[in-house]
Amino acid sequence: MQLLFAFIAGGLFGAGLFTSGMTDTTKVQGWLDVFGNWDPTLAFVMGGAMVPMAIAWIIAEKRKSSVLGTPLPPKPSTTIDRNLALGSVMFGLGWGLAGLCPGPVIASLSYGGSSLWIFLIAMLSGMLVAPHLRLRLDRQLPAE
Amino acid sequence: MPMDWIWGLIGGLLIGSGGAVYLLMNGRIMGASGIIGGLVDGSGRTTKWERLIFLAGVAGIPLMLTALFGKIDTHVTDNIGVLIAAGLLVGIGTRIANGCTSGHGVCGMSRLSLRGLAATIFYILAGGLGVVLFRHILGVI
Repeated sequence: MQLLFAFIAGGLFGAGLFTSGMTDTTKVQGWLDVFGNWDPTLAFVMGGAMVPMAIAWIIAEKRKSSVLGTPLPPKPSTTIDRNLALGSVMFGLGWGLAGLCPGPVIASLSYGGSSLWIFLIAMLSGMLVAPHLRLRLDRQLPAE
Repeated sequence: MPMDWIWGLIGGLLIGSGGAVYLLMNGRIMGASGIIGGLVDGSGRTTKWERLIFLAGVAGIPLMLTALFGKIDTHVTDNIGVLIAAGLLVGIGTRIANGCTSGHGVCGMSRLSLRGLAATIFYILAGGLGVVLFRHILGVI
């Protein structure tokens, strides 16, 4: 059952990325480009996505486990540390540079051509080395 | 285009519904970078199939939709250097920050998570600065 709902959740996510136009890199870069021809679409996507998600969090608050009986995520941490800031800045720069983030990359793999696959391989390589970089960073420059 | 925001809103509602299903049914946070990253670095070994099937949905449904409604032009660059640099930054950055647009943005901010909000501010500011730098100053994109 978990696998079925994982497919449904992923399918809705993919359908939403496709419908919203978020697999079009010009829309993403257009939103980030406040000094160019600014495109507000991304704000509507983000706003629209927050509505069902906020309702789901309110329902989840009242439950002890998920509908399928698995544990719900713990309360979020409130510490804004160096890794959160540094990682998000790196991610933001890459996001602006190519107009791609992890969700839309997967959603557009079937129609984005070879560029998407090159980006995907680089992204996966980055994800493979990230834990090692993070460990070195924490050892040399402790966050706290 | 004038209709774009409506499609954005409809698409956003679908994305949020996906996140709601994943949370309420499976008890999971729908963060694309975490789901993919856990497969790559092995930290998500025990939930491998849940992750893979989620990703099959993310890739498979748009494939079906392109068959019905036609392809969307991604307008993605063909500059290999830009693609590799951006891919590395996105891969490393999201894993060091523990989340991306879906995890920190959609799922984090909707539960009023301070970390989600902070991450979103950081990556949007960096993204905006990146576009100014790479497009308007350096002219590489």
